Amino acid sequence: MRGAQRCLWRNALLRGPVILRCKGLLYALALALTSASAPFPGCYKERFHDPHCTRPATVRRVFLPTMNSHLLKSRTLWISVGVLAVLGLIVAVALMWRPAIAPIKRPTSFDTAQLQRGARVVEAGDCAVCHTRPGGEYLAGGLPLVTPFGTLYSTNITPDAQTGIGEWSLPAFERAMREGIARDGHFLYPAFPYVHYRRMSSEDIADAYAYLMSGPAVHAPARQNQMNVPMNIRPLVSFWNLLFLHGEPLTPQAEHSAAWNRGRYLVDGPGHCAGCHSPLNLIGAEKSSEYLKGGSVDGWEAPALVGLGQRANPWSREQLVGYLRADVVNGHGTPAGPMRPVSLSLARLPASEAEAIADYLLSLQNPHAVSETTAQRSPSSPADHSSGALLFSSACAGCHAPGAPMREIDGRPGLQSTSALQAASSRNFLKTVLEGVPAIPGAPGPVMPPFAASLDNAQLGALAAYLRGQARPEQPWTDLSSTIEALRQETK
Amino acid sequence: MSQITLTVNGAAQVLELEADMPLLYALRNHLNLNGAKYGCGLGQCGACTVIVDDQPVFACLTPCAGLEGKKIRTVESLGSAEKPGPLQAAFIDKQAAQCGYCIAGMLMRAQALLERDPHPDEQTIREHMAGNLCRCGTHLRIIEAIKQVAGHNGSRT
Repeated sequence: MRGAQRCLWRNALLRGPVILRCKGLLYALALALTSASAPFPGCYKERFHDPHCTRPATVRRVFLPTMNSHLLKSRTLWISVGVLAVLGLIVAVALMWRPAIAPIKRPTSFDTAQLQRGARVVEAGDCAVCHTRPGGEYLAGGLPLVTPFGTLYSTNITPDAQTGIGEWSLPAFERAMREGIARDGHFLYPAFPYVHYRRMSSEDIADAYAYLMSGPAVHAPARQNQMNVPMNIRPLVSFWNLLFLHGEPLTPQAEHSAAWNRGRYLVDGPGHCAGCHSPLNLIGAEKSSEYLKGGSVDGWEAPALVGLGQRANPWSREQLVGYLRADVVNGHGTPAGPMRPVSLSLARLPASEAEAIADYLLSLQNPHAVSETTAQRSPSSPADHSSGALLFSSACAGCHAPGAPMREIDGRPGLQSTSALQAASSRNFLKTVLEGVPAIPGAPGPVMPPFAASLDNAQLGALAAYLRGQARPEQPWTDLSSTIEALRQETK
Repeated sequence: MSQITLTVNGAAQVLELEADMPLLYALRNHLNLNGAKYGCGLGQCGACTVIVDDQPVFACLTPCAGLEGKKIRTVESLGSAEKPGPLQAAFIDKQAAQCGYCIAGMLMRAQALLERDPHPDEQTIREHMAGNLCRCGTHLRIIEAIKQVAGHNGSRT
């Protein structure tokens, strides 16, 4: 959160200039509205001197008396401008100004059971995935989040009074979680998934608060965001909220099992899966009509989560639970890229949580599943994959060939059935080869070396074409060279 | 067999190689550069690490065919037994080697970091070196040696 401010009046002063700028804007808006709403702007003269004027007579009648006196006209005009400006200001303030909530002294006594529950909520909410930078202190922020609107840096949510949330009361924390407003009243950017957190129960939010407030306070000032104009003006987020901030806290659906309901709660509430797995519209909001139908994040494809059981290589419940808990799953692979830390978080929760998520996700049907399997076509001519086969034998076979010791000893997957090679897009396969699956300090799991410096573009393309030819011979990837080129540019 | 020109430690070498031969075999068997070692052959241990252009790579998994025109550097480029380079001298100073099998790879991975960032902090060093393993367990001495070259004095950690 921005530097903690100690008193309310100072906050008001600090926010002052923004309000004033808004007022200027509104004033201009009011003027424009006034002139636009005058019966026929800018053509008094034409109407009085042109006998062929086609304006309706009623309008002339209404309008004429005001023309008798310049004084009267200008006074009316100014009064209406003034009224509109005041109204505009009131609307703007109501929309774009939020009060600060008084700072408190950091609460220290929490019940142990509540802290344990809170730790699980924070894990389920993936708070640390964004609020801890690589090599940084736990939850002290500083991770850059690259968005189409500029770069944001996650903030310090340790209970440090100056640079963290140490002065936040529970109501201030709950307002941030549900409405995206910081304690001092400034608008938070929706990269913080309050559209999902607002759907959580008050109990979970209180437990998370207790856990966060009981942790070690780290002094870590927020890094300055680099947002593009106009998204560097935080009050504009209020318009975004007006459009997209509607969800209510989730309530169980009686016709479904407790596990299904728990899964739905985790997916739509704290887990905020749709943040990556739904496509975003032009202003960065999830398209609700395409819920969980696949999105993209950090250059990775976040695959559709609907129809997981209906695909050409369907997910079983057991496979999905294993995958969600960062296992290497025979037939699909292991989470890589941005999903890896999410799955490691889930692995630290009781298995029942991943099972509940699997129950819910597998219940989501994809109405277009048929087209995926019927839209097959044959390659125009059988491609020559000999160079790809050679590359596989020299760079990949040690871990991924049939009978390779690493498959037997340490569960490396055969590649043909992995989600990355089965997917319509080559992105996730190529990203995995380029970046590997890096070791995460302190976390168990497979490590795959990065091949970005070991394979050139032609080799990578040949390898991908060869393996795709084995996995989905009827659907070769046709955009390999352009995708590889784009990925190389993105990682520069 | 195909003819491949590799630029190794500044010198162009024309070699007759199998198309799928990993770089490590070309270095050791064709060029007698035996610094880089075969450890696991799977990119899991780092004993074979060399630098290609400015990136550390596992030579055991890097096919020669794509390396034409790239600058390959091995541990032999850092110095010799008589005239060790600064990083090699620091490894000797901190007695970072026990059996020594991993050290050529450790040196090359550390060298790539120091060329990119001459003064990395310890956390950066640890994260960068995580891909290379030492079965003797001299990691702490290896990190001390890299810190010495990175300009850490006794008071800094």
